Amino acid sequence: MTRSAAESTRTPFASLLARPASSAPLWLGRLRRDARKAFDDQGLPAPGNEDWRQTNVQPLATIPFEPAPASPGADLDGHPLADLAPIRVVMANGRFVPKLSRLDALSAGVRVECLARTLAEAPQTIEVHLGRVAAWERHPFAALNTALFDGGVVVEIAPGTTAAAVHILHLTTRVERPVAVFPRVLVLAGAGSKATVVESFVSIGPEVTLTSAVTEIVVDENAQLDHVKVQAESDAAWHVATIAGRVAKDGRLASHNVSWGARLARNDIGAVLDGEGASCHLYGLYLADGTRHVDNHTWLDHAKPHCPSWEMYKGILSGSGKAVFNGRIVVREGAQKTDAKQSNKNLILSDGGVVYTRPQLEIYANDVRCTHGATIGRLDEAALFYLRSRGIPARQARDLLLHAFADDVLGKIPHEGARAAVGRVLFARLARGLEA
Amino acid sequence: MLEIRNLHASVGGNEILKGVDLTVAPGEVHAIMGPNGSGKSTLAQVLAGRESYEVTDGTVTFEGHDLLDLDPEDRARAGVFLAFQYPVEIPGVSNVYFLRAALNAVRKQRGQDELDPIDFLAYVREKLKVVDMDESFLQRSVNEGFSGGEKKRNEIFQMAVLDPKLAILDETDSGLDIDALKIVAGGVNAMRAKDRAIVVVTHYQRLLEYIVPDRVHVLADGRIVRSGDKSLALELEKKGYAWLEAGVAR
Repeated sequence: MTRSAAESTRTPFASLLARPASSAPLWLGRLRRDARKAFDDQGLPAPGNEDWRQTNVQPLATIPFEPAPASPGADLDGHPLADLAPIRVVMANGRFVPKLSRLDALSAGVRVECLARTLAEAPQTIEVHLGRVAAWERHPFAALNTALFDGGVVVEIAPGTTAAAVHILHLTTRVERPVAVFPRVLVLAGAGSKATVVESFVSIGPEVTLTSAVTEIVVDENAQLDHVKVQAESDAAWHVATIAGRVAKDGRLASHNVSWGARLARNDIGAVLDGEGASCHLYGLYLADGTRHVDNHTWLDHAKPHCPSWEMYKGILSGSGKAVFNGRIVVREGAQKTDAKQSNKNLILSDGGVVYTRPQLEIYANDVRCTHGATIGRLDEAALFYLRSRGIPARQARDLLLHAFADDVLGKIPHEGARAAVGRVLFARLARGLEA
Repeated sequence: MLEIRNLHASVGGNEILKGVDLTVAPGEVHAIMGPNGSGKSTLAQVLAGRESYEVTDGTVTFEGHDLLDLDPEDRARAGVFLAFQYPVEIPGVSNVYFLRAALNAVRKQRGQDELDPIDFLAYVREKLKVVDMDESFLQRSVNEGFSGGEKKRNEIFQMAVLDPKLAILDETDSGLDIDALKIVAGGVNAMRAKDRAIVVVTHYQRLLEYIVPDRVHVLADGRIVRSGDKSLALELEKKGYAWLEAGVAR
């Protein structure tokens, strides 16, 4: 599937790639060079690329993206997604904005700092993790991020620590020309720790932007980490993100991925279950309304025996929205007693909505249980009639059923404030789309 | 209260109701009996406003209003209640949330204030007793995983909560053992009132031993072919439906 840059694109991102990225310490310089080479080798995914078959990112080649300018941020008062957790780190156009951030409630044993600072002051603490969890060798956008990331955030939870939830708000501010940002987050959950990290992606303006994000999550033995991603970028935004986890023995990672923004959003989310008893939950909820395109490629790599995984992705489509779900499960040789469950359910509320759903199982062990199922359907007419026959108006009956559908995913978001805010904004958005 | 005149209804192009006439006055309990396929459930669903049934002729007047002109929710708010033969499971919607939404929609129509969760809970606790249901029932998803008997009790419970003027019970006895039947019948009897009418749709006479009707009608091939008092039900029990159907077939 490799192809030269020249073959697949017209030198995309030329002005981004021309800008030198920080290359100290030495290992980072090497990492960036390798990643740059990986991007050049892969190029922008072409229509023939199996992993990108339903998702066309070729138009990106024609947009003259520039690096995002520094920004003081924006007025966040009253923004419905500004306060999703007690701790808040605001990154505006990829750069840390101290005056909008709130770090005073940070628990003892929790480090939240700029990646640049960690790289300057204690690079050895992240050397074995940064760029080692996400498979940028096989993902052009993850490679691009690795080559070019500027700002970023490190969240480290010390062993045995139970931490207050941390919210990283990735903000794209008003810009005059198309800009690209490359947010990078590294989460290190120490042995026996317990924490929640929320990342939200918000645009302030309606301009054309590209967010190419990478989040790497390392869950140590017996640690529990919940990662929540909320993607609410503008309707003109392009959003491509990789979230990659590695879970050690008896560790638990839960990913909650809620998406309703951007003209095109692509997520590659998954984890390696890298020790016995490690577990992973992947929850996803996507709204594809209007002409939106949402692509979730998930993966679970069962590398060790006795690991369970649960995956539930749900989609609501209206207008001529398009959704892609690809759920890859790999069970390595020797990963006996793997128990993997995958489910993808889609609700289509319009005649124009389209869903492509595909499970992709690769099993190299013989004593395993893997189940998968996908459904695409409309709202249950019998249920609607039942609710209406009790006096509940048609629109309220519909909303009740939609809430129930979404709640299997939203209800799992561990931080109540985040859960409530995300639900409110999502359903307001959904209602607007349906009544338009 | 309810006036049905020459009601014709089809589903998928097949005419099921072929001219039903029925008058029900407040305070009365009517039983509609008939063999399978005679149109009993169609009649119940048409009265509740199921859109997949097409009314092709006739009128239905409820308290002077054209019932057929109303959406299902407006019929409910006007005081019509259908206890479903097959109550629908709605995963993810709790009984208590569902019922409060329903009751408040009905109350709004009646010009009453909406009940807050606390007042609502006090109100429904009383109603739970009517059908001998445990409070844990309220937190479960609507009908999800309910046994047949629990589903039917839930219907009667909803009826008690919504306090309708006209209740139509569609095969409420089907699938019930004798104990559950007694509970359900007890719930219905507790709801009998001089300003409320109840229409019991049933295949068997058994339920009518517990809910004693004022009038019994026999529906066959989409028409009411005979009406009488409760003794008609006993006669049917002895003779079956064949003697009436034979008359219809001509």
